[in-house]
Amino acid sequence: MRLNTLRRHFRESFKSLGRNGWMTFASISAVTVTLLLVGVFLVIMLNIQHITKQIERDVEIRVHVDLSATDADKDALRAKLEALSGVEKVTYSSKDEELQKLIESFGEDGQSFRLFEQDNPLSDVFIVKAKNPLDTEKIAKQIEPLPSVGKVKYGKGQIEKLFAATKTIRNVGLALIIGLLFTAMFLISNTIKITIFARRREIEIMRLVGATNGFIRWPFFLEGLWLGVFGAIVPITIVLSAYSYVFDLLYPKLKDTFFQLLPFYPFAWQLAAVLVLLGACIGMWGSMMSVRRFLKV
Amino acid sequence: MIEMQDVYKTYPNGVIALNGISIRIKQGEFVYVVGPSGAGKSTFIKMMYREEKPTSGKIMINGVNLANIKDSKVPLLRRNIGIVFQDFKLLPKLTVYENVAFALEVIEESPKNIRKRVMEVLDLVRLKHKARFYPDELSGGEQQRVSIARSIVNNPSIVIADEPTGNLDPDTSWEIMDIFERINDRGTTIVMATHNREIVNTIRKRVIAIERGKIVRDEVKGEYGYEA
Repeated sequence: MRLNTLRRHFRESFKSLGRNGWMTFASISAVTVTLLLVGVFLVIMLNIQHITKQIERDVEIRVHVDLSATDADKDALRAKLEALSGVEKVTYSSKDEELQKLIESFGEDGQSFRLFEQDNPLSDVFIVKAKNPLDTEKIAKQIEPLPSVGKVKYGKGQIEKLFAATKTIRNVGLALIIGLLFTAMFLISNTIKITIFARRREIEIMRLVGATNGFIRWPFFLEGLWLGVFGAIVPITIVLSAYSYVFDLLYPKLKDTFFQLLPFYPFAWQLAAVLVLLGACIGMWGSMMSVRRFLKV
Repeated sequence: MIEMQDVYKTYPNGVIALNGISIRIKQGEFVYVVGPSGAGKSTFIKMMYREEKPTSGKIMINGVNLANIKDSKVPLLRRNIGIVFQDFKLLPKLTVYENVAFALEVIEESPKNIRKRVMEVLDLVRLKHKARFYPDELSGGEQQRVSIARSIVNNPSIVIADEPTGNLDPDTSWEIMDIFERINDRGTTIVMATHNREIVNTIRKRVIAIERGKIVRDEVKGEYGYEA
């Protein structure tokens, strides 16, 4: 495409944005509201996911070895554990090491447990980590019937609850967003329809003198694109400044917990990119719907 | 060269507009298309720039069958055909110059050529001095001359005119005819649908008469042949 042609398309698309002032405003507002919700929702979702990942990382299955098991039994058990599908890593922790950990975890008060060093009541433990934390329960069930296995412990119920909550939030949010996306697209497509109507004579003449369909369509595509992209500016500003504020507020409080928020950068850039892209897609889709229907191309 | 072979056209609502038309128009000819309203003249004209597709039959323009070409090829066909209408179809917000230049801009002609070509055709229709005027500042005849200028600005080999003098008074109509003859003198084929008896009978050219979707008469230097 010639540079002149491109310049012409840009000029035409901006001209009709101005000419359809109120419709332009309505479309951009619709995109703004939609993307604002998408943005808020994305921030929450991605942070929940981030936190979930951190908790998941700590999920493990503790396989207590039967007290009567010999060294040979332990080796056999270890081999069996490693052979289970979905198992990432198996580490061995002897009962002496377990006691040591126990003592350390109680700090000063833990010294009283030293009494047990002579006659350790704890079991040796195999710590099994699943490749996918969601498989934890399944793997634990498979381990229970194995020989030389005493108790099998894992954070039963906790992960499931977390995942269920995440899923609900995601589904509700998605339904809401899809509805809003359609509304925004519909408004944009209406704006473009008005543009097409206002310029039908021009389009008719373009056709008669042999302008290609692509040439006729370009300004409408650009107009839709602008509506979408301009609509993304306000949501990006609001969501990012709000996130920066919340992040600064919570960061010191959450520092020593599982609940780490996503750091502001590069998250801010990614979010901005997603919103602009989404705006652009809505805009182009909206204009495509109109153009296809009204230009019979 | 325009050639039609057994062209039929039935509209979706059942109206039979063309009922077996065969014709051959050589390059450089000047042809009047006459006939009563609703006889199929407009459909006949629209077939030539593929505003309508034939239900059956062949329409060859410069060796290309319009019945077969894809929609995407229509713009390229139209660049070789100039079209003039009764209602001029000028853009009111553009000047005379811009209206003519518009036809070249939208086919992505280079700005340098645009300037040269537009001034040439405005000279041909004798409107160079009104290049900066807007259409509503011109008389009907002048507006039609602008639209003719626009139709020939990309050097088409054929100009199709659908009742170009329909909205004009007799004196102005002669001016328009004068311009068409000059365009024809340069070797451009002219196909003109008209109801203007006086023009057809005075400037004698080939006359094709269409009635009820058929060609009922085709004469070299013919007459209008209908009562006014």
